[in-house]
Amino acid sequence: MGRAMGLVGLLLGIVLVPAVLVSTGLHHGVRRTEAEPEPSSWELAVDAVSEDSLWPLPQWVRTSSRQLQLAPSRFQLVHGAGSSAGPGCGLLQDAFRRYYEYMFGHSWRRVRGRKPLAARGEPELFQLQVVIEAEDPGCDTHPHPTSSEAYHLTVTEPVAILKAYEVWGALRGKIYANFMTFLVNESEINDFPRFAHRGILLDTARHYLPLKSILTNLDAMAFNKFNVLHWHIVDDQSFPYQSIYFPELSDKGAYASNLIYTPADVRLVIEYARLRGIRVIPEFDTPGHTQSWGKGQKDLLTPCYSGRQPAGTFGPVNPIWNTTYDFMAKFFKEISSVFPDAYIHLGGDEVDFSCWKSNPEVKEFMKRQGFGTDYAQLESYYVQNILDIVSSYNKGQMVWQEVFDHKAQLKPDTVVQVWMANNYAHELSSVTGAGLTAVLSAPWYLDYISYGQDWKKYYSVEPLNFLGSEKQKKLVIGGEACLWGEFVDATNLTPRLWPRASAVGERLWSSSNVTNLQDAYKRLVSHRCRMLR
Amino acid sequence: MGGGALQPSLLGLLLLPRCCCTAAGPAGAVWPQPQAQRSPLGGGRCLVPARRFRFAAANGSAVGPGCAVLDAAFQRYWPLLFGCPRPTSPGDNGDPHCLLLIMAVCPMSCSWLPGVLCVQYYINETEIVDFPRFPHRGLLLDTSRHYLPLRAILETLDVMAYNKFNVFHWHIVDDPSFPYESSTFPELSKQGAFNAMTHVYTASDVRTVIEHARLRGIRVIPEFDTPGHTLSWGPGAPGLLTPCYLGATPSGVYGPINPIVNSTYQFVTSLFQEVSSVFPDFFLHLGGDEVDFTCWKSNPEIRAFMREMGFGEDYKKLESFYIQRLLNIVSSLGKGYIVWQEVFDNDVKLRPDTIIHVWKENGMLYLNEMANVTRAGYQALLSAPWYLNRISYGQDWIEAYKVEPLNFPGSPEQKALVMGGEACMWGEYVDVTNLTPRLWPRAGAVAERLWSNETVGNVEDAYARLAEFRCTLLRRGVQAQPLFIGYCDQEFSGA
Repeated sequence: MGRAMGLVGLLLGIVLVPAVLVSTGLHHGVRRTEAEPEPSSWELAVDAVSEDSLWPLPQWVRTSSRQLQLAPSRFQLVHGAGSSAGPGCGLLQDAFRRYYEYMFGHSWRRVRGRKPLAARGEPELFQLQVVIEAEDPGCDTHPHPTSSEAYHLTVTEPVAILKAYEVWGALRGKIYANFMTFLVNESEINDFPRFAHRGILLDTARHYLPLKSILTNLDAMAFNKFNVLHWHIVDDQSFPYQSIYFPELSDKGAYASNLIYTPADVRLVIEYARLRGIRVIPEFDTPGHTQSWGKGQKDLLTPCYSGRQPAGTFGPVNPIWNTTYDFMAKFFKEISSVFPDAYIHLGGDEVDFSCWKSNPEVKEFMKRQGFGTDYAQLESYYVQNILDIVSSYNKGQMVWQEVFDHKAQLKPDTVVQVWMANNYAHELSSVTGAGLTAVLSAPWYLDYISYGQDWKKYYSVEPLNFLGSEKQKKLVIGGEACLWGEFVDATNLTPRLWPRASAVGERLWSSSNVTNLQDAYKRLVSHRCRMLR
Repeated sequence: MGGGALQPSLLGLLLLPRCCCTAAGPAGAVWPQPQAQRSPLGGGRCLVPARRFRFAAANGSAVGPGCAVLDAAFQRYWPLLFGCPRPTSPGDNGDPHCLLLIMAVCPMSCSWLPGVLCVQYYINETEIVDFPRFPHRGLLLDTSRHYLPLRAILETLDVMAYNKFNVFHWHIVDDPSFPYESSTFPELSKQGAFNAMTHVYTASDVRTVIEHARLRGIRVIPEFDTPGHTLSWGPGAPGLLTPCYLGATPSGVYGPINPIVNSTYQFVTSLFQEVSSVFPDFFLHLGGDEVDFTCWKSNPEIRAFMREMGFGEDYKKLESFYIQRLLNIVSSLGKGYIVWQEVFDNDVKLRPDTIIHVWKENGMLYLNEMANVTRAGYQALLSAPWYLNRISYGQDWIEAYKVEPLNFPGSPEQKALVMGGEACMWGEYVDVTNLTPRLWPRAGAVAERLWSNETVGNVEDAYARLAEFRCTLLRRGVQAQPLFIGYCDQEFSGA
């Protein structure tokens, strides 16, 4: 495990084809059907890196045995000639500094005093030049569902060149700068994600997670090329989100007055994520999973009845009053402006009908609406109203699969998250068959722990392994690893999530034919050691 | 937080003098549950003036100042109670950082720094009479599958003390690595450690562990498991392991220790001579589990030896032959020994004071094994239901908690032979990144089962106390994971 082995691992880098690398134009939205290299070189690439520690495995890699050395005192990450980004691009400047630290970290200070590396035989690599090709590099924007994350990296003497259409691709490519330390092989990587939506769900309601845990997790996500933080921020148990319009929600609904996310905290998370090319999609799950909302917002939840008397307990959000929708309109207006992402997750899962059924006013409303005793219709009625409200703020919507199952009218760009483990392939067929986009989570509930190497189970999932046309398969835009918080807080979050979630990371990024478990084991072990550094 | 409650568990057998003036407040949770705890009827609560509060030997105590174990404990417990180091001189206002924290908490004037805001501490008038149900309450850590840095071991010892564990079973070497630096055979760790420079326990590390444990009332029992589980010994001890054969030629791989050559016993004698003097505890754990016979079977010299000895095809007899000689060696060094259950199962002749460690779960069959071991007159240790490395979803501490070690058919004499048990944290999937949250508070369930009265078994009550105890651990900076949904006033802040 020592340094010797670490270096050996890193040496087996990648490498060079000087003539080829000249100009590979990368275009917005490279699809997996394009850019696929011819099979022979693909095979070769896989073999060449099989002992390496690249994670997730790039779509296409070539390495040569020719090695270059890096001198920490001279090596620089810089903007390349012809790049549309320059020193004014704060996002890249920040990334340059971060990656320099990853590459040389504390160790470069230790070796600085040694004799110059140039005394060794290998030629020197002086720079990593980053070239952004789009007219507007997007330095000050937020990543969005159709951002281009493709990049092309060549490492040759004397400079390495990282080309990307947008800054997001540069961030993905620069992850591999992390793989270079003092020696690197000449190499070439051409890479792009298989799926556009690669998410991690964190649950800050069952247990509060301190800001530091969330930020650490964003770093780990970036190492694994995840690009969506699905922030399940509130739930039955607590309401840590501090609302500007409705401060009572967290005043009364948080576990304690210090266990909240202030507007400044939320901004910090969003910016920290943006700098790493990660979208933040907040989830405000309604009408179920809302017990904690009731403490700070009177008359929002349905009063449950025991016989003819109110029982003193409350159920889901009350769908029959106008005040409910007034509240939600104002609340989601705030959320729409606080969270810049194009999507908001509206939940809609696991609504328990027993309280609605007990309430005479709700029963009366059901009769008036002609819903009979089908409470799924009442749920859809509510969800429909919320969807309309959120649409009016120009936000896209994510929902859990029940919303689709209960036949709410969904806009075509709605993303349906499939979470029920039971026959999820069939659900994917149905959702995409209805023309809606889908995100898969069912096989990736990482909070369900078991003894042994369960990462293999997550790794072996093939998201497109369901009955459906090519067109349907294209509607699966990715997946999310979910770490629900019943048994997780800051004490065990990181070791429980990583490197298990890395298995999902590679499944969603790398080519569908990257499935060899032994090879993955070796690479993942090195990847874990790298994350420990 | 305002008005912190003292943790009575720390006070052990302290009997508080009648000093109280106000009515008793809500009592804090105690873990593990003492044998007897009583607050006198109409008893009140005492203000504990943090600044002036001190631990001291009572009149009539056989020991006074100068008793290193108690002096060190007094120093440790003060900050555990008050959350900051004790101010040193009367004019000293203590750690300013600590005061800042305290000032933020509750608006009361304080005897310790007049005029500023401060926490007040109270303790209910209480009498506790306590003693352990079982004398051997152990925790196994495995430093061979993954190396555990010294600080992880020391921190575990701290938390063991909070849980009243009193034996650290150090499974120090095994097949994957040999991190113990031997002064007699330095090549063992040079060739057998994951990294001979960084992933080793030096003699000074071992002394540190033993002393840290001693100050907390914890014994350190090292395990040098033989004849199986010894692959990492091979590179540093040529000729020790059995060469395996493929047909008529050595295959280049090695099996268990070679039991048929004299050099083996010379080596074992020297090594255990060293181990016996390095580790002061009377007991050594000699392992003896999971010996794989295939390599022995492949080796022609061993087969010849089997014939010579009249063992036939029964390789258990060869295993016993080895173990028997090992036990004699260790006995001659003046040490007692603990062995895994196979040694008993294979009818090895044992000294009557041998402790048999029952680890095979087999559903509930481990209870039969407990009955068999004690019926044969040996002392027994239970670990089978307490393999805490085997994780699963949900509140698995409940299963560990519900185990009743004496729930096997047997006479009272047999039951008296059960010395206790050990929670085991094997290291296949555990290193310093996940050790603490995986271990705590789950091991606390085992701790209470081994310390408290057998009538203490209410899971709901245990949940409430253990959840609160876990918050106490967090306050002390221990990364103990949650039992279920909820929060602590002071959450873990690291990441």
